[in-house]
Amino acid sequence: MAALAPVGEVVREPSARRAAGVSARRRRRLNAFRYLVFTVFGLFFALPLLAMARFSLEGAKLGTWSVTAWSQIASYQGTQAVGIPPLISSIEITLELAVITCAVIVLLLVPTMIWIRLRVRWLSRTFEFLCLLPLTIPAIVLVVGLGPIYNRIQRVSLSALMLFWVYVILALPYAYRALAAGLGGLDVTTLAEAARSLGARWLTVIVRVIVPNMWQAIINALLLTSALVLGEFTIAYLLLYNNLQVELYSISRNTPNAGVLFATSTAALAFAFALLLILSYVGRRRRRSRG
Amino acid sequence: MSPQATSAQEAATRNAVEVQMTGLSRRYGQVVALDRLDLTLQPGELVALLGPSGCGKTTTLRLLAGLEDADAGQITVAGRDITHVPASRRDMGMVFQAYSLFPHMTVRQNVAFGLRLRRVAAAVRDRRAVEMLELVGLSEQADRYPHQLSGGQQQRVALARALAIEPQVLLLDEPLSALDAKVRAQLRDEIRRIQLEVGITTLFVTHDQEEALAIADRVGVMRDGRLEQLASPTDVYSRPATAFVAEFVGLSNRLAGTVSGGVVTVRGCDLPLMDRSTPDGPAMALVRPEAVTLASGYPADAGPLTGTVIALTFLGATSRVTVDLGDTTILAQLATADATAHPAGSRVTLTIRPDPVLVAVDGAASAGEGA
Repeated sequence: MAALAPVGEVVREPSARRAAGVSARRRRRLNAFRYLVFTVFGLFFALPLLAMARFSLEGAKLGTWSVTAWSQIASYQGTQAVGIPPLISSIEITLELAVITCAVIVLLLVPTMIWIRLRVRWLSRTFEFLCLLPLTIPAIVLVVGLGPIYNRIQRVSLSALMLFWVYVILALPYAYRALAAGLGGLDVTTLAEAARSLGARWLTVIVRVIVPNMWQAIINALLLTSALVLGEFTIAYLLLYNNLQVELYSISRNTPNAGVLFATSTAALAFAFALLLILSYVGRRRRRSRG
Repeated sequence: MSPQATSAQEAATRNAVEVQMTGLSRRYGQVVALDRLDLTLQPGELVALLGPSGCGKTTTLRLLAGLEDADAGQITVAGRDITHVPASRRDMGMVFQAYSLFPHMTVRQNVAFGLRLRRVAAAVRDRRAVEMLELVGLSEQADRYPHQLSGGQQQRVALARALAIEPQVLLLDEPLSALDAKVRAQLRDEIRRIQLEVGITTLFVTHDQEEALAIADRVGVMRDGRLEQLASPTDVYSRPATAFVAEFVGLSNRLAGTVSGGVVTVRGCDLPLMDRSTPDGPAMALVRPEAVTLASGYPADAGPLTGTVIALTFLGATSRVTVDLGDTTILAQLATADATAHPAGSRVTLTIRPDPVLVAVDGAASAGEGA
């Protein structure tokens, strides 16, 4: 005899109940697998960083804690006895390089890309190819090619800031991609034509109409460029310039005080993360303020 | 005198300007987009350019706006040659087909943008922006961003922005084509109201004949970069200058007939010709569906205008009846009450009103719809 079910209650067939049970078990297994993968890769990524941070806080005796290495970042003299601590000067240079490279990249790429999009669209493929080219050239090849050029540059200036020329080239593909994504989301032609019909000249169109609509893309380009400059070692080392990464390497080779090395590396990493957070926060705030 | 003519005259007294395009040509590679176009817009007049895709209507508007350069020809506004003046100094307001509001600015800032470029004082700028927003009925939305508005509202703001700079000429490039039918009809009427209120010389580009006929003082029908006809909406519809215009604007039945002495004989009916100089011989008469009427019944001597209703299309106040005459079909447009008296399958006898018609010399007989 068939069982009576209250109105609204669904009586499931045994086979349907079995199917639902199997599906729930499969979902649970899948979720467990996801968490496992996430945990393994999270640990793989985080453990070395945590170990580095922990080692930078290692005291004189094994297993004790100390902030001595951190406090020495600003005063560590390395192999030189007097003068500005080399770590400080390399941090300064790297930050200056980041600022200069970012400024050059933005001033060079943003107007050029907008102009190509508006006026010389046929050039866009060639320009894209040129911008992405550095991705395909290994650093060592770049250095071999740049060697003679830097020989000449060093006759004029020995400053490590001259590295910005090569950093601009290195950052081109990343900055280009970020900016291209931002421009791709805009109907640049219509906005420009609307602005021009209202009386705007080309410069006004770019500065007051197009650029304000691609802030997020510009911030992304800046972020990628600064991350690249803060972490660059190979070219600076091979061209005999001292930036932060080269100085860290030098400390690791020449001093038994590895704590300073790890403290500085952790600080550089923390700085990069902080920069990332600040820039993404700025981008989010701009988006939110527009509704 | 027509209301349009009156409004144009009133506008002329309000500093509206005349726009003259002479021998305007534009090529894209081998494609001739515009072929020696001559077009004059009277002060305060709204001219709609109508035509199929690629006929050159948008090119005309873009050349007038200065967004493209003409290969040949001359453009004058109020007697001043502006052929080589850049777009930013042409003093023309433009509304685009795509939504063109600046996304990072509020509605108010968008409307005031042109005034800001002209260094108008902030207080005057704000007042003018509010006035314009009131004109388009959006003063409540002044502090919203474009993405918070509907498509229709965005186009109204674009219209307010274009008018805020008090341009000499207003250019509308298919401003309604991205909107749904109801909003489209509302905004169409609103554009006309505002244009008459402001009294500005306006060029309106559209591929929608209903839109063009509804709001324009004159309609220009274009084909292959040339103007086929420029006349009042009534004339374009009822006295088309060419077979292309007759077929493009509204519906036309193509019926085989014979021309003789300024009259075309179609299935036993004599219809006067618009162009009485048409040479004698076989031709296709272009007959409007509303010139065809139906009578029920099947007389014993079934004539060439007797057939069977095969379809009835309800259009609201009117309905379209398709009648099969055996060797061809013919469309009749009737009041819905009359049309429903002839359901599909019923036998009917047609009568063609002897309105002057055009003839085409090509193609097979068929009842077709304009593009």
